[in-house]
Amino acid sequence: MKCDKDVVNLMHGYLDDDLTKEDETKLRNHLEDCEACQKHFHELKRSITLLKSVEQVKAPENFTKQVMQNLPTEKKHKKYVRWFKMHPVVTAAAIFFVLMFSGLFTAWEQDSQLTVSKQEDIIIKGDTVIVPEGVTVEGDLVVKNGNLKIEGTVEGDVTLINGKLLKKEESMNGDVLLASAGDINGEFKQVNQIFDWILYHLNNFFKSIFSLGE
Amino acid sequence: MDLMIREKIKQVKKGDQAAYEDVVMYYQDKIFQHCYRMLGNAHEAEDIAQEAFIRAYVNIHSYDEKRKFSTWLYRIATNLTIDRIRKRKPDYYLDAEVKGTDGLDMYSQLATNERLPEEEVQGMELQSYIQDEISNLPPKYRSIIMLRYLEEFSLQEISDILDIPLGTVKTRIHRGREALRKKLRHV
Repeated sequence: MKCDKDVVNLMHGYLDDDLTKEDETKLRNHLEDCEACQKHFHELKRSITLLKSVEQVKAPENFTKQVMQNLPTEKKHKKYVRWFKMHPVVTAAAIFFVLMFSGLFTAWEQDSQLTVSKQEDIIIKGDTVIVPEGVTVEGDLVVKNGNLKIEGTVEGDVTLINGKLLKKEESMNGDVLLASAGDINGEFKQVNQIFDWILYHLNNFFKSIFSLGE
Repeated sequence: MDLMIREKIKQVKKGDQAAYEDVVMYYQDKIFQHCYRMLGNAHEAEDIAQEAFIRAYVNIHSYDEKRKFSTWLYRIATNLTIDRIRKRKPDYYLDAEVKGTDGLDMYSQLATNERLPEEEVQGMELQSYIQDEISNLPPKYRSIIMLRYLEEFSLQEISDILDIPLGTVKTRIHRGREALRKKLRHV
């Protein structure tokens, strides 16, 4: 083999890991015999080593910061969208609360009419609901948006929403007497504030869950 | 690491600018170094490297996730450096006539530096000598030699980065090595 282009090509093939076994042996055999080619090959390998010895340079300090500052600004709404995407639980909770409270408030607004849960034997005078003397109401009694006067007996829980419990004597002559209200054989609950009202609803909700469980 | 970058790129594509910071942080040294070796000048290298990252961000949607991000980024950086080299070339034309002289060109303005390469090496730090010799390679060889030996890409990856056929990469790396050999044999 002559020391021509072919040998040099083989050298470069070798450096690129691109030689067949055969070519590699061919190159090796030639290099053993030819000093000039040996030198050439050595110089090639040495220049690569020298090249690799070049110091690594590092990017200047603040490089990243500068790049970030020079990026086109992202749209504002994208920022919010990203935030919501990154906090799905918070987002879901926020939506839930907004819907729940708006629902409750509308319900509260709509509920301004006087309602009584039971009608039998009960007298309604204006905004006052009277359980007359001698009458016994079986079961729970709920009065919304009205006052309640109990002269008889209620066999169960009484709930007053947005109203007052009037004493027997009070309404008759205006004096505040310590006369007891009629008999309530159960719990008495009075709900005035909106939050009490919410609590009352939640309470009912949980009670219904538990009673379902029973 | 690749997985982390892949994830960050996905976030950037969705419009998350903050995720890009980690990407820049991860590649800043590599890209800066690449630009520095291509341009031989730290100031210009910083300019171009920044520009490369900004271009990559702006065009992130044209990045195909099936390919390597580094390949894509290097391609942007390489193209920008080559553009820069082309643009500044007119300033350096040595055979341009010097104004106000009669037929004298820039060659006549150069000091004769007929020093032997050995002397040159002695007068200069080896490191900066090598850097100079890299800078003196024609850009099309320089980029390949650097990608191969300083950034250790495979020939196939280089062909992807520069968007030239593998055969051309082989021819150029061959010539580039020969050119370097001639310059560094005296060291």
